Amino acid sequence: MRFDLGAGGAVTAIEGPLVFLRRVVRAGLGEAVAVEGADGRARLGRIVGLDEERIVVELLESTAGLGIDDVTVRFRGEPMTMALGPGLLGRVFDGVGRPRDGGPPVPEMVRRRVDTGTINPATRGLPKDFIETGVSSIDILNSLVRGQKLPIFSAGGLPHDRLAAGIAQTARLRGEDEAGFAVVFAGIGVSHDSAESFRAAMEQSGALEHTAMFLNLASEPSAQRLLTPRYALTAAEYLAFDEGRHVLVILTDMTNYCEALREVSASHGEIPSRKGYPGYMYSDLATIFERAGWIKGRAGTLTQLPILTMPADDISHPIPDLTGYITEGQVVLDRALEHRGIYPPVNVLPSLSRLMDQGIGEGFTHPDHPALAQQLFAAYARAARVRVLSSVVGRDGLTETDRLYLDFGDRFEADFVSQEAMRGFEESFALGWEILAMLPPGELARLSDAQIAEHIAPVLARAETATEAGDG
Amino acid sequence: MSEAVITSVAGPVIRARREGGFSLGEAVHVGDAALLGEVVRLSGDEITVQIYEDTTGLAPGDGLRGSGLPLSVRLGPHLLGNIFDGLLRPLAPEAVAQRYQLRPLVEPGERLRAGAVLAEVEGPAKAQSLLVPPDVAEAELTHIEAGEIGLDDPAARLALPDGSTREITLAHDWPVRRPRPVTRRLPPDEMMVTGQRILDSLFPIARGGRAAIPGGFGTGKTVLQETLAKWCDADVIVYVGCGERGNEMAEVLHEFPELEDPRTGRPLMERTVIVANTSNMPVAAREASIYTGVTVGEYFRDQGFNVTLMADSTSRWAEALREVSGRLGELPSESGYPAYLSSRMSEFYERAASVETQGGRRGSLTVIGAVSPPAGDFSEPVTSHTKRYVRTFWGLDRGRAQARFYPAIHPLQSYSEDAAGLVEWWTAHGNPNWRAQRGRILDLLEAQAGLERMARIVGKDAMPPTQQLTLLCAGLVDDAFLRQSAFSPTDRTCSPDKQTEMLGTLMRFFDLAEAAVARGVKVEAIAAAGFYRRLARMGEEIADGDPARFAALVEEMETEMAALGREVNDAV
Ligand SMILES: Nc1ncnc2c1ncn2[C@@H]1O[C@H](COP(=O)(O)OP(=O)(O)O)[C@@H](O)[C@H]1O
Ligand SMILES: [Mg+2]
Repeated sequence: MRFDLGAGGAVTAIEGPLVFLRRVVRAGLGEAVAVEGADGRARLGRIVGLDEERIVVELLESTAGLGIDDVTVRFRGEPMTMALGPGLLGRVFDGVGRPRDGGPPVPEMVRRRVDTGTINPATRGLPKDFIETGVSSIDILNSLVRGQKLPIFSAGGLPHDRLAAGIAQTARLRGEDEAGFAVVFAGIGVSHDSAESFRAAMEQSGALEHTAMFLNLASEPSAQRLLTPRYALTAAEYLAFDEGRHVLVILTDMTNYCEALREVSASHGEIPSRKGYPGYMYSDLATIFERAGWIKGRAGTLTQLPILTMPADDISHPIPDLTGYITEGQVVLDRALEHRGIYPPVNVLPSLSRLMDQGIGEGFTHPDHPALAQQLFAAYARAARVRVLSSVVGRDGLTETDRLYLDFGDRFEADFVSQEAMRGFEESFALGWEILAMLPPGELARLSDAQIAEHIAPVLARAETATEAGDG
Repeated sequence: MSEAVITSVAGPVIRARREGGFSLGEAVHVGDAALLGEVVRLSGDEITVQIYEDTTGLAPGDGLRGSGLPLSVRLGPHLLGNIFDGLLRPLAPEAVAQRYQLRPLVEPGERLRAGAVLAEVEGPAKAQSLLVPPDVAEAELTHIEAGEIGLDDPAARLALPDGSTREITLAHDWPVRRPRPVTRRLPPDEMMVTGQRILDSLFPIARGGRAAIPGGFGTGKTVLQETLAKWCDADVIVYVGCGERGNEMAEVLHEFPELEDPRTGRPLMERTVIVANTSNMPVAAREASIYTGVTVGEYFRDQGFNVTLMADSTSRWAEALREVSGRLGELPSESGYPAYLSSRMSEFYERAASVETQGGRRGSLTVIGAVSPPAGDFSEPVTSHTKRYVRTFWGLDRGRAQARFYPAIHPLQSYSEDAAGLVEWWTAHGNPNWRAQRGRILDLLEAQAGLERMARIVGKDAMPPTQQLTLLCAGLVDDAFLRQSAFSPTDRTCSPDKQTEMLGTLMRFFDLAEAAVARGVKVEAIAAAGFYRRLARMGEEIADGDPARFAALVEEMETEMAALGREVNDAV
């Protein structure tokens, strides 16, 4: 059912993004409305509360220019929806799915709610296909699998955009063709520059024709940021589950999303929880992140790579904290590594991929991949502890073994984490063993004797031959 | 039934003007779609209802019908092996068997009381019992079916003392917020074997016990709960996914049918019930899902089973309480949680117990709740209130998790009030020295923490050999005993016998190493010895049920240690 509520007398108040209307039509919670002012411009909104007298509408665009007496409200009689059809790829849309590249609207094959219902867990397939990203610290230690939601926890000034664009260009299953792959980029409150640099990077690698962009720029209304990821994901779901593609969705910057959520919540007069963010932020973020996955019987998958900037570099801030509780791990970028010139500055210890165990090892990557990862983690964690110790007692106060750990830690960062070009899995895998061989085999308790014989011994033998050759 | 008309809608909470009587906690059906809700407040003509489904499209003027009954879930033999939502409606209805074989165990004419077994029920999962309902004080069986029967077909008929009859069906409704009655509670003196060394040997939980697993994100709560769900020696597992990931539920659904219960040889899924309210499902149903899980647990306990309930995560339940409370406009207490948070938690944990059932059997319901403290801070309200109601506390540590040291349970932050009562259990199960061994290990770990602080000031090199040895021994306890990967085929679970062997081997090492160091053997020499690496990897390398390998390891250790001693003597 659609209604128009004519100008004059309908609106009783406008407060921030909220418009209060007299309830003279039947309208339900969550339904979409368009509010038009004297300027004739339609502003998108949705019904957030109703009682017997009034309807509360939250506008997702600026309320500036709206007057109480000259407003027309169009009721759509249904929640927010999006028209979907062929030709989404290669296009640029605004934060609520309208073309912003001058092209025609996408032909409507289906119309879907942007808040799609829950994926029934009983219909989910288990994500387990390893995606090679070309980044050693991810491929070997925090592997990404298809259908995973793996955010990048970054901070202002760190190179998360470069990393995400790099992954979007390389991330493929090994030996896979281009056609089945797509990227959806959702820019949430981003600057024009970062949207443009992503576009340029995709264009350069020829991947732009496989990419759809949804942009809510920093200058655009913040309430709209609440919808941008939802429109982008609705499109991504169409690409994945209707068209059968493997879709990688980049959502940046989720911190801007959370700020908008806080702003809107405050305007509703809700009791805030931690740091002013609403108590339902966890559930709200979950409705976005849980849209990643794959569904039994469908060809495509939806993988999410959300990016957030940690306020004050603080991982315990509610935004990264709640995100980490929902997503399937996180890749944490670190300012100290960045200062030491390490790119990508991934701190592997707080990073995690929860789906890694399902996507690596026998039949996926290499049977000894899990052991390699475990041992690298254990050794690097020890190196980090030794570093603290050595900063107090000095290198000389360390035991012989601890000094080896110190060197191991340095080389791990400089040679393994840091990389100029993308590396194939085999290259990263070999490099991992080579660096582990710096430690005495007796220290490698996470490796079996067979693994030491197969992977560590040859490195030591090579080193010995090299030394002998040098001596001779 | 009573009716009402909606007057206001906002999120999952609505208000309505009533025509007729409603009671607090009554289940109602809202709007044309008959969304399920529960009355949470009565005030004059107005009722307030929380709705367990998506409220999009609801409007003032829409109708609402009372059910006359408290919010209930449907219990029955169809639960085992399947997945349900927070109110126990099947999420994969096609997989739920509708027909069962009934084998009567009593004859018409017998006088029976609540809890008495009427028949054995066989279906795709394990055999279950059909009982006389809890509210029947005494009755005479007048009829009982045999053979194949549907869930809602009449299975038996009872004549009650007041002359009325009562039809018994395989499935029945039970109000989720009402504990099912028992004859009496029993002391927690039987251990629930988890197969995790750090738990069984250091911080054990008794059947009917209550444990909490607090930990920041990524510290291993879910993997630990899944591991316990797989390998603990319960008869029935109720796995409640409360506000967590859909993929984790899918993982249980995929993995459990493939895994075999080592004690019965049957697929693990056959002893498992999943209650799933994932983080993107309606928040009010999240609040109910915890009670639903406990009610299911009690239902199986009443049949004489040992039931273990996993709730992942109780924090999401508390947050759902907070959200609904906020929408009701209640005065918030700590961190916005309602003042009744603590009493709700105590009610929940109180439903765990080892009991004598109404039918005179022994059954138990063990409850293990994950807690997700914001920023991993254990002083927040949910963790601190939980601590008051659980007897066992398995605190997860971010530092251990980041080093991929799993399970990342911190031995100095964890405790078990059940431990003291389980000494006899361990004695009866082959380890009379358990109490002393446990004490020695805990002392060692305590000493390690102090010495490491000291090493940070003076450097390890400057410490006397005895202290260096303490650090070595504690490190070995960590690596060889406490570390246990959930993904290792040999080590993911460890029987009490193997735990006893490992503890004995470690004790022997401590003694030999102390003696050796006293004789002047260098600590580094011990660490570099071949047997030391074998000790560190014994969990991984020696399978369950192979005590000879432990004997051989001890022998190797004795020989090599003696050799180290001789080298020192020769040098002098
Ligand atoms: N006992 C364990 N054995 C092996 N790996 C584990 C174990 N516990 C946790 N992990 C690893 O840590 C990751 C995070 O654990 P999880 O239980 O999902 O954390 P939480 O539920 O506390 O957020 C897992 O994906 C797994 O890789
Ligand atoms: Mg978890």
